[in-house]
Amino acid sequence: MMDYVWLIPTFPLIGFLINGLLGKKLPKHVVGIIGSLAVGLSFLLTVSIFMEFLKLPHGTAVQKVVFTWISAGNFTAQAAFLIDPLSLIMLLVVSGVSTLIHIYSIGYMHDDPGFPRYFAFLNLFVFNMLLLVSADNFLLMFVGWEGVGLCSYLLIGFWYEKQSASDAGKKAFVVNRIGDFGFLLGMFIIFWTFGTLNFKDVFAAASHYPVGAGIITAATLCLFLGATGKSAQIPLYTWLPDAMEGPTPVSALIHAATMVTAGVYMVARCSPLFVLAPVSLTVVAVVGLLTAFFAATMGMAQYDIKRVLAYSTVSQLGYMFLACGVGAFVSGIFHLMTHAFFKALLFLGSGSVIHGMHGEQDMRGMGNLRKYMPITYWTFMLATLAIAGIFPFAGFFSKDEILFFSLVDGHVLYWGIATVAAGITAFYMFRAVFMTFYGEERFDHHKIHPHEAPMTMAVPLMILAGLSVVGGLVGFPIIEGAHKFKEFLAPSIAPLHHEAHHAMSFEIFMMLFSMGVAGVGIFIAYKCYMKVPDLPARITAKFPALYEYIYNKYFIDELYDAAVVEPIKNGSDFLWHGVDETVIDGTVNGSATTVGWLSSHLRKLETGFVQNYALAILAGVVIVAGYLIGR
Amino acid sequence: MVVPVTYYLALSIALFTLGVIGVIIRRNAIVIFMSIEMMLNSVNLAFIGFADYFKAVDGQMFVFFVLTVAAAEVAVGLALIVAIYRNRGSIYVDDLNILKW
Repeated sequence: MMDYVWLIPTFPLIGFLINGLLGKKLPKHVVGIIGSLAVGLSFLLTVSIFMEFLKLPHGTAVQKVVFTWISAGNFTAQAAFLIDPLSLIMLLVVSGVSTLIHIYSIGYMHDDPGFPRYFAFLNLFVFNMLLLVSADNFLLMFVGWEGVGLCSYLLIGFWYEKQSASDAGKKAFVVNRIGDFGFLLGMFIIFWTFGTLNFKDVFAAASHYPVGAGIITAATLCLFLGATGKSAQIPLYTWLPDAMEGPTPVSALIHAATMVTAGVYMVARCSPLFVLAPVSLTVVAVVGLLTAFFAATMGMAQYDIKRVLAYSTVSQLGYMFLACGVGAFVSGIFHLMTHAFFKALLFLGSGSVIHGMHGEQDMRGMGNLRKYMPITYWTFMLATLAIAGIFPFAGFFSKDEILFFSLVDGHVLYWGIATVAAGITAFYMFRAVFMTFYGEERFDHHKIHPHEAPMTMAVPLMILAGLSVVGGLVGFPIIEGAHKFKEFLAPSIAPLHHEAHHAMSFEIFMMLFSMGVAGVGIFIAYKCYMKVPDLPARITAKFPALYEYIYNKYFIDELYDAAVVEPIKNGSDFLWHGVDETVIDGTVNGSATTVGWLSSHLRKLETGFVQNYALAILAGVVIVAGYLIGR
Repeated sequence: MVVPVTYYLALSIALFTLGVIGVIIRRNAIVIFMSIEMMLNSVNLAFIGFADYFKAVDGQMFVFFVLTVAAAEVAVGLALIVAIYRNRGSIYVDDLNILKW
C-alpha cells in the first residue's frame, strides 16, 4: 500500500482538474460528489497506509521517491514522500477533516453560483496541503506551502465582487508573502550550510553542530518567520481575522483546522534543528505566548461570531507555538490535532448558525437559537467545552499538557500567562455560546426564520463533535508525561529535555487548577451574559479607554497601516508619479516632442520650389569651390 | 591673329553666370531650359578655348559629347514640359510646388 502514497495528494488534484475544467457543465450534486469523493479516497488510502505503518517496527520512517524532480550539478531534489508518524498524523487530520468539510460544503454552498469553482479550489487546496505535510524535503514542502497560500487567497476572495472580501484576500496573500520570504531565506541558509534540502540528511548533518550554533539559530529564526506568516502569529497575524470574509467552510478548513497549522507542523518537523538553537526556541515560546494572550483578549470584545472564532484560532495557535518553544513538540502537535477537530466544529457550527439566520453574523442579532437548531447547539456546546479545556473533552488533554510542560520547563511566567489566557478563552467562548444560543431572541421574526441545518451539514457536525469528545483520549493517561500519542510520535521529534518526573498528586492538582481557571472564565461569562445582562455595559463604562483599546484590537491594524502600508503606498506613489511619470516618461516623451518640434520647423525648408533647391546647390558649389580655392 | 585663352574663359564665365542666374530667377520652364542650354554651351566654349591653348583635340571631342547629351536632353526635357502643361495648364515653376511638406 505504501507504494501508492503518491495517490494521496493525487486524488484531490484529479478532483480539481475535473471540477475546474468541466465543473460548469456538470450538475451540482455531481460536482459535490466528485469533490468529496476525491478527498474521501485520500482519507481512506491514508487510513490503510496508517494501519500498515502500525505493523512496522517502531521508529521506521519510509521514504518513497516518485521521480527525480530537479537534478543540477550536485544538487538533486526528489519528488518524494516521507511516511513517518508525524506526517501520518498530519495526513490523517488533514484528509479526515477535509472530507467532512467537503460534505458540509455541499449543503452550505448549495445556492451559490460559483459552486464548481468553490469545489475546484477546495480540492486544489487539499492537494497542496497534503503535499506540504507529506513532502520529504524542504523544496517540495515549499511547493505545498505556496500552494496553500494561493488557495487561501482564492478562497478568501471567493466572493470577489465584495470589496472587503477581495481586500481581505489580498491582505492575506501579501502578509503571507512576508512570511514566505523568511521560509525561503531559511531554506537558502540550510542549503548553503548542509548542501542538501532533504529532511533526513539535513537533520543528520545538523546533529554534528554544537548547541547554539549561530548558523542554525539564523536558519531556524528565518523558518519561524515563515511560520508566523502562515500560522498567524505576532507580528503577522493580522490577516487571519480578515480572512473570515471567505465562505465559512473555508474558514473552518483553511483558517482553523489545516493551513494555519502548517507553521506548527513545520516547526515540529524541524525540531532537530530547533533543539540546537535555544535562542530560537525562546523566541518561538515568547511569540506563541504573547499571541495566545493578546489574541484571547481581542476575542473578548468581538461581536461577529466568526471573528471571535478567528481570534480564538490565533490564540490557540499561540499555544501550539508555546508548546514547541518549551520543547514539547509532541504536545504542540497533539493540540494541533484536537484543535483541528473542535475548531473546525466551531466554525462549521457558526456556519450552520449563519446559514440558518440567512447570513446574519453579528451575535447581537441572535439569541435563544438552541430552540431552533438543537443539533447545532449541542455540537457547538461540546466544541466549546473542548476548547475551554473541560475534562474529558479533547482540548482538556492537549491544553493541559502544554500548560504542564511550560511549568515543568521552569517558566512560571509562561505558565501564569498561558493559564490566564486559558481562562479568557473559556470566557469568550461561553460569551459566544450565551449570546448566540441563550437569552432573548434579538432578531426580527418577520424577516428571519431560523432553521436547523440540512443533513449534509448536520452529519459532519456530529462526527466532529464525536471527535472533539474522544479525540483527546489518545493522550490518555496524561500522568507522568507519557502516553500513546507521544510514544507514536517520538521517532519524528527530537527530544529536548529528559522526561520530567513529578508527583502524581502535583499533576492532578495542576489539572484541577486549570479546570478551575476555565470554570472561573465560564462563570464570569455566565454572570455577564446570562444573569446580569447590563453588567458588561457597566464594566466597559468603568474602563472606557481599556475597552476602546481592546475593542479596536489594540489598534494594531491602524499601526501597521500607518507604519508600513501607508509609507509603502506613498513611496510607490512617488515612484509612480515622481520617478516613472516625470523622469522616465518625461525623458522618453521629451525627446520625441523635441524631435517633433524641430521637424515641424525644419520641414519648412522643403518648399517644393525647384529653384530654391537649385539655389541651395549653387550655394553649396560656391562654398566648396571657395574652400578649395581659398585654402 | 591669336585670341588669348583668357578671352574665351571670360566669355564662358559670363555666359555660365547668365545661365545660372536665368535658372534661379526665371519662372518660365522653357526659359529655364534655355538657360541650362546656355550653361552647357558656355562650358563648350571653355573646352574649345583650352583645346586651342593646349593644342589637344580632347577638348573638341568632349564638345561633341556634350552636344549629343544636350540634344537628347532637349528631346526629353521638352517632352516633359509638354506633359506638365497638359496636366496642369501651366509651365511656370511657381505652380509646380506640390512635392513638398
